[in-house]
Amino acid sequence: MKEGQIRIPSGCAISGLIDKSGKRMSGEAVLRSISVMHDRSNGLGGGFAAYGIYPEYKDFYALHIFYDNSASKKSCEEFLEQHFDIINLSKIPTRKIKVITEEPLIWRYFVTPLPTKLGGSQLDEREFVAKCVFRVNTRIDGAYIFSSGKNMGVFKAVGYPEDIGRFYRLEEYEGYCFTAHGRYPTNTPGWWGGAHPFALLDYSVVHNGEISSYDANRRTIEMYGYKCTLQTDTEVITYIVDYLHRKKGLTFSETAAVIAAPFWQTIERMTPEKRETHEYLRNVFSAQLFTGPFSILVGFEGGLMALNDRLKLRSMVVGEKGDLVYIASEEAAIRIIEPNLSRVWSPMGGEPVIVRLNGDEV
Amino acid sequence: MAVNFLYPDYEVSRNDDRCIACRVCERQCANEVHEFLADTNKMVSDDAKCVNCHRCVALCPTRALKIVKNNNTYKENANWSAKTMNELYRQASSGGVLLSSMGNPENYPVYFDKILLNASQVTNPSIDPLREPMETRVFLGAKPQNIERDEAGRIVNNLPPHLTLSMPMMFSAMSYGSISYNAHESLARAAEELGILYNTGEGGLHEDFYCYGKNTIVQVASGRFGVHPDYLNSGAAIEIKIGQGAKPGIGGHLPGEKIVGDISRTRMIPEGSDAISPAPHHDIYSIEDLRQLVFSLKEATNYQKPIIVKIAAVHNVAAIASGIARSGADIIAIDGFRGGTGAAPTRIRDHVGVPIELALAGVDKRLRDEGIRDNVSIVAGGSIRSSADIVKAIALGADCVYIATAALIALGCHLCRSCHTGKCNWGIATQVPDLVKRLNPEIGYKRLVNLLTAWQHEIKEMIGGMGINSIESLKGNRLMLRGVGLSEKELEILGIKYAGE
Repeated sequence: MKEGQIRIPSGCAISGLIDKSGKRMSGEAVLRSISVMHDRSNGLGGGFAAYGIYPEYKDFYALHIFYDNSASKKSCEEFLEQHFDIINLSKIPTRKIKVITEEPLIWRYFVTPLPTKLGGSQLDEREFVAKCVFRVNTRIDGAYIFSSGKNMGVFKAVGYPEDIGRFYRLEEYEGYCFTAHGRYPTNTPGWWGGAHPFALLDYSVVHNGEISSYDANRRTIEMYGYKCTLQTDTEVITYIVDYLHRKKGLTFSETAAVIAAPFWQTIERMTPEKRETHEYLRNVFSAQLFTGPFSILVGFEGGLMALNDRLKLRSMVVGEKGDLVYIASEEAAIRIIEPNLSRVWSPMGGEPVIVRLNGDEV
Repeated sequence: MAVNFLYPDYEVSRNDDRCIACRVCERQCANEVHEFLADTNKMVSDDAKCVNCHRCVALCPTRALKIVKNNNTYKENANWSAKTMNELYRQASSGGVLLSSMGNPENYPVYFDKILLNASQVTNPSIDPLREPMETRVFLGAKPQNIERDEAGRIVNNLPPHLTLSMPMMFSAMSYGSISYNAHESLARAAEELGILYNTGEGGLHEDFYCYGKNTIVQVASGRFGVHPDYLNSGAAIEIKIGQGAKPGIGGHLPGEKIVGDISRTRMIPEGSDAISPAPHHDIYSIEDLRQLVFSLKEATNYQKPIIVKIAAVHNVAAIASGIARSGADIIAIDGFRGGTGAAPTRIRDHVGVPIELALAGVDKRLRDEGIRDNVSIVAGGSIRSSADIVKAIALGADCVYIATAALIALGCHLCRSCHTGKCNWGIATQVPDLVKRLNPEIGYKRLVNLLTAWQHEIKEMIGGMGINSIESLKGNRLMLRGVGLSEKELEILGIKYAGE
């Protein structure tokens, strides 16, 4: 049984860290962090998103693709060649791990849209790439693009996250920001594409929770051209973040004020100007509100946002030390990699923690 | 002629041991059922005049009265029922169209009763409305296409005119004339206290009620009764009534006997003249004409008020709604075939139109498929009986519901379905001053406030159980619904799964 055929809620563990100075570190730290929360996952999925890992190809979209077989690879590559200039392609390096089995073909392509195709489409470059990703994932049987951003990549599989990290040789990558996910689905999917993080362009989401607003959100976002093929919360969260931030031009804090909106009783206590903005956002984007428990980490180019649901029904802790900011479902997962934190706190429900590289605009 | 005799459907049963001949029943019955016989010091009653409104039953101080179904019967026949035969006798004697009131009473499927709601267990906590905020506020109106910002980067408020409701319910259109002054006052005051809206219907707005303007929807129907610039500008929104669920395809009809005094003045028609609304609007013969009326009304009100277009749920409702969503209208109200009426031809009421559940599901899906759901809000009406119906309607895709029959029941209506006679013993659907007086608006409005407050509590409990703490997250959330006793096709149209799936 595959994701998308049934709806699978899941509990989870999440962890992430970012170096605000932009200094790159190995994937080892996030791997150690997520492994502490072994009991929060059940071996049915995990993964990582890493930012800043492809500096030599930073101007190209890095497509990570699962193929069921060589036929699906062939038809997908045909499609890619028609739409993109492929600068480089290779298998994603992995090492054999006993407990990681039934692996698909896992390939990586660095691409840039063909100028003629892009011009003909009358779309901006990112929209063009997003449309191509949807096209492959919905139309080409057995091919699934699970990562499509620049200078970032998603690595995921079915298994425990610490095994998955070893499988993908995560310690060999260096990036300024990593997020990780260990999954506890309440069902038994056996498909790698269904693991998390879920990503579109440079947005990646790891999520712990179960949003009760799921179908309201899904039906809304599908109206704007997104296709929710996996029936998972993380997928719909990613699309809504993409829609609000990229397509509607909201800032990340405005995006947070939509998806984990302050209660009316809080809004009524705000200054008139702030109140008007929040009322506006809640009116216009009422269908993009998430209810039910969640803690999410949204990775993006140059930063990371951590956010809890409006009631804080999931644990999430933030720690700081120098330029490094750590976020995890449990404090222990932070302490294992940095015992001497200068500050530790639990953000309030609906209060986003937005971390950006120094010098980037807030 | 003997063949014209129709045995009464109901019998007034009086317990003579209890009856004290106080004559309350006699005074309370506008249909003159009860009579005091002085020589025997006894009350008698004429069942044939009884409409089964329960006024006498409710006011009898010794509980001596009850109304029971008559067991007089024709020879049983599954095809020719007694009801069918009696209607036939009546038409053979009168040559007229059969008239009825209130909603379709026939045994069609009630889809709300075949839909069950979800609740959280383990993976997702249910939320307790007594301990956590639980939001029921909704906005009705179009959403802006783009975010605009000023030079400082602040978001500019470019919202089109919209309505803000404290809960997703409004009182639907009932005209002054079809119902009494006191009934209107009860609705208006309740709407104000609850932070919602009531609807004038097509009879204009009595000048005493202009003060409730921000809680008022003013209606423009095909007869244009009572429509003038002050009227249009007095409410918070304007509703163009194209059709009504109880009588799709025909206009309203208020008999001349009800056009008296203030009603004549409010409708701007002579006393005693029948107020017969044309079947169509004679300036709307097509969808592009609707657009012109929408914009005429917007011009007349300086683009300050949202425009509602109300249609009856008919077979092609999704396509019609799609046209309306592109007409400049801000809100579509859909009225299902079980919706009430003050008077309608029986055959039309009982045989024309489709259930609101199916119409609503179809419209919501079509507007989403076409990417125009943000152009309009959807208000669903046509027999919303409880808070559970509301939760189901919103999960199917409604932004809000219209309530009318339930509100009248709260005011005392016992669904005797005789509104068209104008002799409502409960003071609701009548203009007879002595009868109107029986409905005290001071009590009436409080009962309406009670009812909707109770429903709001129940909605909070139900959505809290689903792990939802804002009604917005229920809208169109069809995964919260499951069907029982429905066919594949019905599930497909409703867009829901079968229980157990």
